[in-house]
Amino acid sequence: MSTLTAQKTSFAAVLWDYLTTVDHKKIGKLYLYGGAFFFLLGGLEAVIIRIQLIKPENDFISAGLYNEMITMHGTTMIFFAATPLLLGLMNAIMPLQIGARDVAFPFVNALGFWLFLFGGIMLNVSWLTGGAPDAGWTAYAPLSTTSPGHGVDYYVLGLQLSGAGTLMGGINFLVTIVNMRAPGMTFMRMPLFTWTTFITSVLILFAFPALTVGLFLLMFDRMFGSAFFDTALGGNSIIWQHLFWIFGHPEVYVLILPVFGVFSEIFATFSKKRLFGYTAMVFATILIGFLGFMVWAHHMFTVGMGPVTNSIFAIATMAIAVPTGIKIFNWLLTLWGGNITINSAMLWALAFIPSFTIGGMTGVMVASSVADYQYHDTYFVVAHFHYVIVGGVVFGILAACHYWWPIMFKRVLNEKLGKWAFWNFFIGFHMTFFIQHFLGLMGMPRRYWVFLENQGLDLGNLISSVGALFMSIGVIIFLYNAIYCWFKGDPAPQDPWDARTLEWAVDKSVPYYNFKQLPLVRGLDPLWIEKMEGNGKMTPAEPVGDIHMPHGSILPFLMTVGFFIASFGFIYQTVNDIAYIFLFGGMGLALGCMLVRSLKDDHGYHITKEELEKEAD
Amino acid sequence: MSHDHSLNPEVMPQHPEKATLEGKNKFLGLWFFLGGETVLFASLFGTYLALKNSTAGGPTSQDLFGLELVFLMTMLLLTSSLTSVYAMYHMKNNDFKKMQLWLGITGLLGIAFLGCEIYEFYHYIHEFGFTFRSSAFGSAFYALVGFHGGHVLFGLCWLSAIMIRNAKRGLNLYNAPKFNTFSLYWHFIDVVWVFIFTVVYLMGKVA
Repeated sequence: MSTLTAQKTSFAAVLWDYLTTVDHKKIGKLYLYGGAFFFLLGGLEAVIIRIQLIKPENDFISAGLYNEMITMHGTTMIFFAATPLLLGLMNAIMPLQIGARDVAFPFVNALGFWLFLFGGIMLNVSWLTGGAPDAGWTAYAPLSTTSPGHGVDYYVLGLQLSGAGTLMGGINFLVTIVNMRAPGMTFMRMPLFTWTTFITSVLILFAFPALTVGLFLLMFDRMFGSAFFDTALGGNSIIWQHLFWIFGHPEVYVLILPVFGVFSEIFATFSKKRLFGYTAMVFATILIGFLGFMVWAHHMFTVGMGPVTNSIFAIATMAIAVPTGIKIFNWLLTLWGGNITINSAMLWALAFIPSFTIGGMTGVMVASSVADYQYHDTYFVVAHFHYVIVGGVVFGILAACHYWWPIMFKRVLNEKLGKWAFWNFFIGFHMTFFIQHFLGLMGMPRRYWVFLENQGLDLGNLISSVGALFMSIGVIIFLYNAIYCWFKGDPAPQDPWDARTLEWAVDKSVPYYNFKQLPLVRGLDPLWIEKMEGNGKMTPAEPVGDIHMPHGSILPFLMTVGFFIASFGFIYQTVNDIAYIFLFGGMGLALGCMLVRSLKDDHGYHITKEELEKEAD
Repeated sequence: MSHDHSLNPEVMPQHPEKATLEGKNKFLGLWFFLGGETVLFASLFGTYLALKNSTAGGPTSQDLFGLELVFLMTMLLLTSSLTSVYAMYHMKNNDFKKMQLWLGITGLLGIAFLGCEIYEFYHYIHEFGFTFRSSAFGSAFYALVGFHGGHVLFGLCWLSAIMIRNAKRGLNLYNAPKFNTFSLYWHFIDVVWVFIFTVVYLMGKVA
């Protein structure tokens, strides 16, 4: 069977290729495009929020629309921007880092992406059908169960779709890392980004099902008349808070751990040093992952759980500062005495350390359950979580983009534009959020539509809104950089950063089978070892032979479309029986695709040795 | 075709379900999936425990449950787990017919279990007016036990699909992992039922 088919270039061919692809590199890019789109959408919502709060008693948008904006901003940024952007990076890079030719379940990988994308579309369709969800991104019951209209229904179904996709991605990465490492790539030789992908996947696996159940209960209450959160029939709305945060707290580590991995790679590469305290970094990652499941109730200190429960969760929360501190010091000591290059990737990484540390310090402050009664639901908390999520996750994603752009898009991003984007965003970020600590301490509650004048809040809010402008300019410059390099950039050289890990040993054309011969890994930083010994490239672990590859398939896309249609059926069966057609039709399509997948043999195909050798010429 | 030969070796290996990389991946992937399922059911159990006394004046667990039927259901499902072990034993000996026979028995026991469960729900709804909507206890009960029943139903559909699909061509290294993952899934369903039997029915009737 011939595999090296002629180059197809028509638009329809490219579209079909991406609709049916099971290649982890293409799926990684799709995740990045999708995540970037929702990041811009969420950013736009943030700007609208800041415009509304630029002056006292502003009436830029109505109170109802404001509630929709804050809900959609939070939901979009967490579930449809940060998470998929990270999954995209993991997809694009992790298999290369361990010397694998693909992930363990390429078909499921594609399904995970489509579920995320259609989940995001589902959520945003609500803007057009009578109002977006407005119960906050946490959708606390009974606010969410009694919210009129269908907004919250879209929230439930959109998150259910994308949550299922993320769960599949997590299982896929776990199996890939356990079963598909190249010869010699032992666990303790894995790059930190692979390690953090691994632990993140464990968190996804054990955290997302709690959200699944929470969303089911909310869906049953809203659409099928059950009484989980209805106190009149004995329900208990606190159950939602527990389920949401049993998922929600590990979720913040799902976001931060991968970027810890990114920064570990960047600091080592641009300091020309082995990562300081590699073993401690690995165990700190595991410890953070473990403790991440022990602290969910610190979001609920003011619910009335009692002093004993509050104290236990407060202490467990503060304990997380220990492994995180280990990481901060290890990064500093990696820099210490290194031969440091400062470029855009490194700027984001260097800026991350103080920014994230501020977020960590306020984290310990809000972890103190007694003091939290003052901080709770004020802008202090808003400032805290934006410092860790923007100062940590967004900085990390942008650093990773600069660092891995040559592998993902075969271009090096423009340094000058990169630095302009960085300084705008960095200054804007601290302007926007540093002042919010003080707004919070002065008592400004979060999620309020307006504030009164002459209460000491006017100037702070103005500064915060101006900062958001700088952040927007930074994002626009970054986007311009990406588009500029797409069309005008020079092809990236092989290994532009003189890097250390296996992904830079892949031929710069990044063939779809990744490695013609699987590399032999002889230690931590395998490429660096070969460079130091004068080999310059990896020693193959096998002779050139047939490579087994999976077939592409349209089924993941069709299956997702089925679930998407069925979601509308679920939402509208409460008001119109015609919706049952969509419900059963959509589920029939999705389950039918699953049946086809199960019954139809798919053995994949082989790239023969001769084809590989011919291609090399 | 080279892969046809490699998937149909002349002598089957001792563990046909884990002889290929795809088989190993499916095996490990299903274990991880069951880890996630554990959290899913744990969340439902937690919800049930929080709401089991919230009867809103309706029937309580003491009024509703009859241990005779539940005992029968437990026996049916536990036995079906045993018969799926026999099936896997015959798979490892490359005895396809006996494997299909025991899988068939597993399926029939599963159908009998599901029949009992449907009768049970019907009984509660029509004799006691105890529904998904009547109280928070009702919601939690039907959600937990119903999710389990849904898993049984999905397992039965899955089992029939792979049994019918492979009926004529026998065992090979491509379908052996499929039978094996089904068996793992089925054991998990069984374990969840043991917890439901204890937490829902025994504690509901005795405690």
